[in-house]
Amino acid sequence: MRIEPEEIAETLEMISRHHLDVRTVTLGLSLRACAADDIDEIARRVYDRVTSAAGRLVPVAEAISREYGIPIVNRRISVTPVAELIASCSARDVSPIALALDRAGAEVGVDFVGGFSALVHKGIGEADRRLIDSIPAALAATERVCASVNVATTRAGINWDAVLLMAHTIKACAVATSDRDAIACAKLVVFCNMVEDNPFMAGAVHGSGEPDEVINVGISGPGRSAQSSSRSPRTPISPR
Amino acid sequence: MKTPAILSVLGEDRVGIVAAVSAALAANGTNIEDIRQTIITGIFSMTMLVTVDEEACPFDHVQAALAKVGDELGLQITLQREDVFRAMHRI
Repeated sequence: MRIEPEEIAETLEMISRHHLDVRTVTLGLSLRACAADDIDEIARRVYDRVTSAAGRLVPVAEAISREYGIPIVNRRISVTPVAELIASCSARDVSPIALALDRAGAEVGVDFVGGFSALVHKGIGEADRRLIDSIPAALAATERVCASVNVATTRAGINWDAVLLMAHTIKACAVATSDRDAIACAKLVVFCNMVEDNPFMAGAVHGSGEPDEVINVGISGPGRSAQSSSRSPRTPISPR
Repeated sequence: MKTPAILSVLGEDRVGIVAAVSAALAANGTNIEDIRQTIITGIFSMTMLVTVDEEACPFDHVQAALAKVGDELGLQITLQREDVFRAMHRI
């Protein structure tokens, strides 16, 4: 079935005027094989894992973007919650892993790396605690690393100890980057009912139910949606 | 690999647009399957269904050749894989 010129013009207008684009291509990576008993060894394995698995992510995404003529705005990586890698190492400060993620992200050219994360909705493990304590230093020292902590679920309830700890952590993040508009806070998400596999920054993590590598694609067309809804004023798509 | 693609050209009408675009396609092994062209109040608009022979010339090379024609003649030229239009307009 042939494509009519009007349809071609409509698609081109969606891209050029209504911001139809691929908002992000996110590569999810399992880092479970990077666990070790030495923090520097974990950091080295994490850097090698990310740079070897994601080396072609950006050039391939750019080539696909050119072929289809659809902009891809962001390229990102999500990784296994880092708290799951550090149980057998004793380092109090685990921010070297964030630094390794940041260097690897810069090396492969992605905009963000998510997964400096812990899930503590039913209780705070010893490794979780070390990760959370390292968040302010990690986010202050890195450009593209994002952190997240899940403190509650509908099933388990609210871990109030974790809520208090995260309140102090958010404040520490703000203080650590007070000379940069408290930017560390913008890279930290505190969740209730975090999903186990989330490609959306800043709370992205690679879930335990996923394969070692997975690609997630997020489509965005807010301008197009707004135009469609304005054509039909009696059917609002958002609350008045 | 033969890749169906949609070429669209938009710009001020002038002598030699079809010739220049067709020559760039022919020089890069790209076959024209269908052409539709209109001129409305001096604005030239053309869409082509073409087949890019990627063994003869990679897709991005054809795009680069067309971009050069666009720069020379002051035209907006886009070459996109046909799949994207099919996905947008056909169920």
